[in-house]
Amino acid sequence: MNEALLAKYEGKFTCKFPQAIEFYPELLSHADTYLSDEEMDTYLNGANFLCSIGQGVDPVLAYMEVMPEISAHFGAGTNKLISDYAYQIARSPNKKALLPLLSTLSTVCRRIDTLEDLQTYLNLINECVELTQTVIHGHHSIHESPGLIPLLMNMPQLISRLSLDGIRNFMVYGAKNYASSPKEQVAYFALESHDSKAIIQRERVGTTFKKVERHLDMLKTSVWNCDLPFSVFSTDFDQIREPEPYLDDQLLAVPDVYENQNGISGINRYRAMLAHLMGHKRWSGKLMADNYAPHMQLIVSIFEDARIDTLLMREYPGLKKLFLALHPYPEKGRCPEEGISCLRYRATRLSRALIDPDFDPEDPLMDTLRTEFNDILKNEQEGSTTDMSDLGTKYYVRSRQKTDSLPDIYFDDTEVSYRDDNRCIWHHYEEYDEADEIIPNEYESDEKVVDTADSLPPRYYDEWDYISETYRPDWATVYERLHPSGDASVVDRLMDKHGALAKRLKKMIEMLKPQNKKRIRFQEEGEELDLDVALRSIIDFKSGQIPDPRINYSHTTDSRNIAVMLLVDTSESLNQRNPETGQTLLELSQEALAITAWTVEQLGDKFAIAGFSSDTRHEVRYQHIKGYSEKYGDTVKARIGAMKASYSTRMGAAMRHAAHYLEGQEAEKKIMLILTDGEPADIDTKDPQMLIRDTHKAVEELQSKGIYSYCITLDPNADEYVEDIFGSQYTVIDHVEKLPEQLPQVFMKLTH
Amino acid sequence: MDISQYKIENEPFYDAQSNEVELYEAAYQARLPIMVKGPTGCGKSRFIEHMAWKLGKPIITVSCNEDISASDLVGRYLLDANGTRWVDGPLTLAARYGAICYLDEIVEARQDTMVVIHALTDHRRELSLDKKGELIKAHPDFQLVISYNPGYQTMMKDLKQSTKQRFCGLDFDYAEPAVEADILQKEANIDREIANKLVKIGETARNLKGHGLDEGISTRLMVYAATLINQGITPVEACKMAMVRPITDDADIRETLDNAIEMIFG
Repeated sequence: MNEALLAKYEGKFTCKFPQAIEFYPELLSHADTYLSDEEMDTYLNGANFLCSIGQGVDPVLAYMEVMPEISAHFGAGTNKLISDYAYQIARSPNKKALLPLLSTLSTVCRRIDTLEDLQTYLNLINECVELTQTVIHGHHSIHESPGLIPLLMNMPQLISRLSLDGIRNFMVYGAKNYASSPKEQVAYFALESHDSKAIIQRERVGTTFKKVERHLDMLKTSVWNCDLPFSVFSTDFDQIREPEPYLDDQLLAVPDVYENQNGISGINRYRAMLAHLMGHKRWSGKLMADNYAPHMQLIVSIFEDARIDTLLMREYPGLKKLFLALHPYPEKGRCPEEGISCLRYRATRLSRALIDPDFDPEDPLMDTLRTEFNDILKNEQEGSTTDMSDLGTKYYVRSRQKTDSLPDIYFDDTEVSYRDDNRCIWHHYEEYDEADEIIPNEYESDEKVVDTADSLPPRYYDEWDYISETYRPDWATVYERLHPSGDASVVDRLMDKHGALAKRLKKMIEMLKPQNKKRIRFQEEGEELDLDVALRSIIDFKSGQIPDPRINYSHTTDSRNIAVMLLVDTSESLNQRNPETGQTLLELSQEALAITAWTVEQLGDKFAIAGFSSDTRHEVRYQHIKGYSEKYGDTVKARIGAMKASYSTRMGAAMRHAAHYLEGQEAEKKIMLILTDGEPADIDTKDPQMLIRDTHKAVEELQSKGIYSYCITLDPNADEYVEDIFGSQYTVIDHVEKLPEQLPQVFMKLTH
Repeated sequence: MDISQYKIENEPFYDAQSNEVELYEAAYQARLPIMVKGPTGCGKSRFIEHMAWKLGKPIITVSCNEDISASDLVGRYLLDANGTRWVDGPLTLAARYGAICYLDEIVEARQDTMVVIHALTDHRRELSLDKKGELIKAHPDFQLVISYNPGYQTMMKDLKQSTKQRFCGLDFDYAEPAVEADILQKEANIDREIANKLVKIGETARNLKGHGLDEGISTRLMVYAATLINQGITPVEACKMAMVRPITDDADIRETLDNAIEMIFG
């Protein structure tokens, strides 16, 4: 057969590499099982061509190895498409990318269904080349794309997580953002940089935790009455086995994303997982792990998990369809029993049998234990973890097989994805001995160490990148802290100094204060008889005409319903001293704040104050000075008195953070006042436009949430940029010493 | 004027949560004004009706709102063919003929409106009708009862201290799960199992109070759900319609509660 085949294609393969000649017969017969005669010709021509392009033997072998299956998968035309494309790449400066392209092609093709999609994939690579290769003008030379090879090398991982569209977005983002920094570009496409992970997270197919976080949080509070926080671990690329969720005394560790599985949507998988964890929390006891052999632990865990699931399904019948759909259904005889350990496979069948009454284990021992298991749980009884340990030991002892300890483990379809790793039921001696040891969250990695003492957990905000016109996901980290307190009397002294101003403001306030009552006349039903109208009606009535029945009047209250957020820039530049008065901008801001806070308090509007500064995107500091429910009293004054200026101005992130508080207020009008002395800037952002555009985007976002932003700037040169950010919603204070007077007036003008 | 039309003929169903019935009776014997506080739909109005029935007294209920004015309570002149005619308001009626006057959700009314009740609620027990030039001495059977929901209380909507300090207070809350299930069973005539499940959904929502919900699901809404189930609606649909849609517009909360319902009813 082989001889005949060789004879048939005699002379068609012209490659002279010794290795190619060596493997040729084998590859040929492999190809022959997949390809038609005609296809064989294109196939061999393609191989011949790759031989002649001067890239060595590797691309040839890779091509010959992968193409038959690929071409059988997509049908006629595939060979030509790929060999033409290979030709195109080989003729370009990126010819080194040919080998990675071919070697990853078969894995990639498993995720692609049609020839059109394959073409899309190739177009995507072309686009990447266009965006990343550098052309040096005047030299007529094109430099190869630095990121293409790492991108292709990582393509199997990418395509297992993202759709083709997602990959394209991922690629375009990297290409555009790192066009001029090859090193970072390589790190991005090699999936090593933080950003690449963040983008993949955004583009992932499936349900991300972030998207359903609020819902799960509420589910956890309402249905399960649990206040442990969630901690998200990433189901990242560099881990061979996906980590499992877990529950311990402090937190619930959950994966960052769930794809659909067995027709169950990501959100339902989260719900099932949460229910299972909560079941453990409610019903599981502790077992001493050291008393059980590892195999026995596995079986005992299976019984305990099944008990938890059974109790859950009894109380929440709706979980039944989720659990049964997600639980594997390992059919009999799948595990070959020879040379491989079937323990996991048996355990999974047992687990299925315990929770699914319709499942026939076809195993007398499992049947017996199922009956015992059901006996323990019958009549609304709950059983205990110890009962399950007894059952587990019994099963394990009776079913033990020699093959169980083999290193090869039958793993297919044995993972119950909604269950946790059961660390909550196993007590380990060693850990217990060292009670003081703090075990770090193994899935957590932090890029920058920020002192998080007395701060709220960080919140992440996207930042707008005007160059690529996309959001950089989770780009800025905001830490919110309570502002330190100082001496409240400082503020009182400042107020004394502005006594005359306070008096003037007070008059204005009186005028602005809501008029308590407004009369509405001509009401059919009202509070009081409107005598004028009533008399007219009586006259009409007596003279035989139809009287107007609207003879009452009533009152309505005309009230202000405004929520205000005053966001104060506390960056380093506020320490500048005014040469004439000797005051720093910070001191002026303090005065202005004190007076404004007093004014607003008089008006009775909802009012909050916060200060912000930033030290790179990893630490945006948001300092709480006054909350909506706090009264303007000594605590707040003490905080204003202790204000200090340092670091830079990352305005967008601070605004987004402040907006989330303002959003929660119930008011007809929501206003965010930003008091600043310069343009948004930070030391990690070189492009001065970047943060300006981002802040502008933040203003737009706020607008869409019904929040009106208004900027009061102390920078005399602000005209150059402030309009780009705030449109016409700004005031430039030219004489900074007038700030304490002008700030409350601006406020009253805005809210009038 | 026939005051007996305000009498309650049939016993309104009420399951006592503790000794509130005795406390009320004692207060009535002395004709002390009473305020009942508690979340919406926990049975405040039902309790007052029940007590009125038990004591055999007529009851006049006024649901307060922001636009209610003193003249809405006291009375006003209306026009008729001969000029004007005085018509008593509900408060005057009750004081004149001896009924229990029940001002429901009193904080909804503006604070200054409520000043009219002051003279009726202390030792004077009289009501002056300025416009008519009449001073009414309250009938011996007259009693004033107000109710309000502390959950809604804001700076703007609160009673004046001078009003508050004229009443004895009774605190109400949603009943214990077992009692609440009893109430559902008797009030809506459904079987125990469904009643328990409804109560469980109610508890679920009450855990969300302060996390996006102002108030939990009231007993009243549970009764609605039970009634819908009796009409042949599936429990899941009935619960969504009666217990979730009315209380929230927040998509996440809605989804959470819907999911809880689906889990509980399967």
